[in-house]
Amino acid sequence: MKRTGAQILWESLIAEGVEVVFGYPGGSIMPAYDALLDYPNIHHVLVRHEENAAFAAGGYARASGRVGVCMVTSGPGATNTVTGLADAMLDSVPIVAITGQVGSAFVGSDAFQETDVTGVTLPVTKHNYLVKDVRELAQVMKEAFYIARSGRPGPVLVDVCKDVQFASTDFDYDAITVRLPGYQPKLRGTNQLIRQAAAYINDAKRPVILAGHGIILSSAHDELRQLAEQGHIPVSTTLLGIGSIPASHPLNLRMMGMHGEAWANQAIHEADLLIALGMRFDDRVTGNLNTYAKHAHVIHVDIDPAEINKNVLVDVGIAGDVKRVLEQIIPLIEHQARAAWFAQIAEWQQEAQSRDILGQEDDTLHVPFVLSEIQRQTDPDREAVTVVTDVGQHQMWTAQYFRQERKDGLLTSGGLGAMGFGIPTAIGASFARPDEEIWVIVGDGGFQMSIPELATIMQEQRRVKIAVMRNGFLGMVRQWQELIHGHRYSEVNISSPDLLKLAGAYGILAMRAETKEQASEIIAEARSHGGPVLMDFVVEQEVNVYPMVAPGKALNDMLRRPVNERIASGL
Amino acid sequence: MTLVDRSTSAKNSTHVLMALVENKPGVLTRVASLFRRRGFNIESLTVGHTENPDISRMTIAVDASKTNATMVANNLFKLVNVIDVQNVTKEPSVMRDLALIKVKANAQTLFEINQMVDIYKAKVVDICAESVIVEVTGPESKIESIVGMLKPYGILEMVRTGLVAMVRGSGYFSGLPPAENGNGDAAAIYAEN
Ligand SMILES: Cc1ncc(C[n+]2csc(CCOP(=O)(O)OP(=O)(O)O)c2C)c(N)n1
Repeated sequence: MKRTGAQILWESLIAEGVEVVFGYPGGSIMPAYDALLDYPNIHHVLVRHEENAAFAAGGYARASGRVGVCMVTSGPGATNTVTGLADAMLDSVPIVAITGQVGSAFVGSDAFQETDVTGVTLPVTKHNYLVKDVRELAQVMKEAFYIARSGRPGPVLVDVCKDVQFASTDFDYDAITVRLPGYQPKLRGTNQLIRQAAAYINDAKRPVILAGHGIILSSAHDELRQLAEQGHIPVSTTLLGIGSIPASHPLNLRMMGMHGEAWANQAIHEADLLIALGMRFDDRVTGNLNTYAKHAHVIHVDIDPAEINKNVLVDVGIAGDVKRVLEQIIPLIEHQARAAWFAQIAEWQQEAQSRDILGQEDDTLHVPFVLSEIQRQTDPDREAVTVVTDVGQHQMWTAQYFRQERKDGLLTSGGLGAMGFGIPTAIGASFARPDEEIWVIVGDGGFQMSIPELATIMQEQRRVKIAVMRNGFLGMVRQWQELIHGHRYSEVNISSPDLLKLAGAYGILAMRAETKEQASEIIAEARSHGGPVLMDFVVEQEVNVYPMVAPGKALNDMLRRPVNERIASGL
Repeated sequence: MTLVDRSTSAKNSTHVLMALVENKPGVLTRVASLFRRRGFNIESLTVGHTENPDISRMTIAVDASKTNATMVANNLFKLVNVIDVQNVTKEPSVMRDLALIKVKANAQTLFEINQMVDIYKAKVVDICAESVIVEVTGPESKIESIVGMLKPYGILEMVRTGLVAMVRGSGYFSGLPPAENGNGDAAAIYAEN
C-alpha cells in the first residue's frame, strides 16, 4: 500500500491503538493535520498551549498505563512541550510526541520556525528521532512506541520533516519488526541475588519496605502486599508510590520523605534493612544522605540498572522488573513477628496523632479539611475517583490527607514538580477514564498557569472537578520563606481574578466556600453536577505543611506541628 | 547504608571502557550530552569504525578519581543506540594512543632527535628546515615519556588520538557474534573457543 508520510503517522497511531491525540497545529505539521480529516476514529483535542498537550498526553498515559500522544508544530510548538516531556522523563511516563520539522532540505539553515528539537529535547526524552526520509517513518513510529512503553517507560519524540509528510512510500505496519540491538531491558534477578536478598529480609529485625512508582508501573501491587504480609514488614511509599498498597492496610506507614509521615521517617531512620522497590532514593525522600538510614542494609530493586548505587550504596542491587523479582523472592520469605519493631512504630504513630491539624479545634477553613472532606464524600465511589494535583502545599496535603485506597488513584508531578501540571493532566486522564469523577486539586498559583485550558475543558465537555485552594500566596514558597529564610516574604503574594466570574466567562459552573460547612456543601453540589465545575475554596492563608525535613537535614530531624495537649491527654 | 562514593580513591585512576554503538547520526552527541548532564569526568573519547559497518566503537577513558566508572557504564547502557559496554581496566588488554609531535629541529639537534625516535620505536614522518613531525604509537605512558624528552627542543604543536583498547586473547567484543556480523566463519570461530 502506498501512503504519504502524513497518512503513515495516523495509521501507525491507529495500529498502536491510539484513540486520542492532544495537539496544536502549525506550519510544519500541516500535512499531518490535513490528513487527520480522513481519520475520524482519532479524536484530536485542541489544547490552548503546547505545554498542556504534553501534560495531557502524560495524564492520559498515567491514567491508562498506555502510551499518550501529542502532536505539535516545529519551533515554538515543539519548544513549548519541553516541560511536559521533562515531567514525563523524571516520572517514567510513556509518551510519544510528534513534532513537525521544516523541510529536510532546510534543516540546519535557520529556516523559519526551525529549532533543533532533537537537540533541545535530548536530555528530557528517553530517546528521540529526526525523520528526513519517508521510508524510515513507519519503522521509527513502531520503535518509538516500543521504547516509550517498555522497560522503564518514558517520553520519545519523533521530529518529522514537512516534506516527509508529503512524500509517499510503501506502508505495512504489521510487517515491521523492531530490532534494537542496544535496547534490552533486564527483567529478572539472578538466583544468587534473589537468595541474598531473601536472607537479608529473613534476618532483619527492623525492616522497612520503600515502595515507589515502579510497583504501580509494573502492576506489582499484589506481590508487594504478599511480601509485606508474609514477612510481616511495614511499607512506606514515595509520593508516586501512593496507591501501591491501600492507605488502610495495617502495614502501610504511608508517605516518607520531606513531607512524609513522622513515624515513616523515624522508622526508616532506625531501620536495619531497607527494601527499596521501584524507587530511586530521590533527595526529597532521603534528606541528608550522610545521615540517611545509618544502621540499615539496603536491597534495591529497579528496572533501571543506572539507579542502583546512584544515591545510596546497596548491599544487594537487583536490576529487574519489580513484579518478576518479587515473584522470585516471595517463596523464600519467612514470617517474623518483629514485635518490638511494631511496638516502636505504634508509639511513634501515637505521638503523631496529637499533632494532626485535623484534630485542632478551630473553625477556619484549611486545605487538609477540604481534602479529607472530598475523600469522605467520594469514598463510596472510590474506585471511580481519580485525584490529580498541581504542585505546592496542596499537593503534599493531598498526599497526606486524601487516603488512597485505590491502586492508581493519584496523579501528580513527582520528579519535576511542575506547576501547571494539574489541569491539563486531568484533561488527559479524563479521556483515559471517561466514566470517572476526576478531581483536580490546585493552588491559586498553579491555577493561573492553566487558565487557558478551561476553554479546552468546556469545548471537550470534560467532567473535571477543579478545586482551587486559594490562599493568596504561592504557599509552598511562602512556607520556605517563613521557616528557612527568616520570614522574609519575597514575591509570594498572589492575587486572583474573581474565579466565579472567570469560570462564568467560560460557561463553567462555579461555587465558593469560605467556611467548613460551605466547603462540605459545595463538594456535594459539585459531585451532583454532570459537567465541569470550579470550586473556589478561600482557605486560611498561612498554614504550613508538617512534618517538614528542611533541606540538608537528617530524615528524622523534622519540623513538626506542636502537640495539641488536649488530644495528647486523651480528653 | 553507606554513602555512595562517586569516585574511587585509587591514585592511578584511569578506567577504560569500550562501547559498541549503532553507527547512526547523533550517537556521539547522545554520549557527549550524557557525560555533560551527569557531570562525568572523561579523559578521552575516541570513536571509529569496526569490522561491521553498522557498528562503531568507542573507547572512553574515565578519570575514576572523580567519576565512578560503573555509573558511566550503566548510564551508557541506557542509551538506546549503545549496544554493549565493557570495563576493560582490569582485563589484560592492548591499549594504544597515537601522537603527532612537531618539534623544532636544526642540523645539530636533528641527529639527537633521530636517536630518540629510534629508541622509542617512533618515526619521523615529515622534515623541513626548521622542524620535524614525530609519529609515536604506544601506551599513554610511553607517549608521555617521549613528549618529556622532546620538550627541551621546543614542541611547536602536538595532537593525540586518545586511547583505543582491545582485550588480549581469543574472546571478542563485537556486539553480534561472528555468525551474525558477516565477518567470518562462525562455526570455525566457535570451534576455536
Ligand atoms: C513551573 C514552576 N514554577 C515554580 C515552581 C516553584 N514552586 C513550587 S511550589 C510553588 C507555589 C505554588 O503555589 P500555589 O499554586 O498557590 O499552591 P500552594 O503551594 O499555595 O498550595 C512554587 C512557586 C514550580 N514548582 N513550578
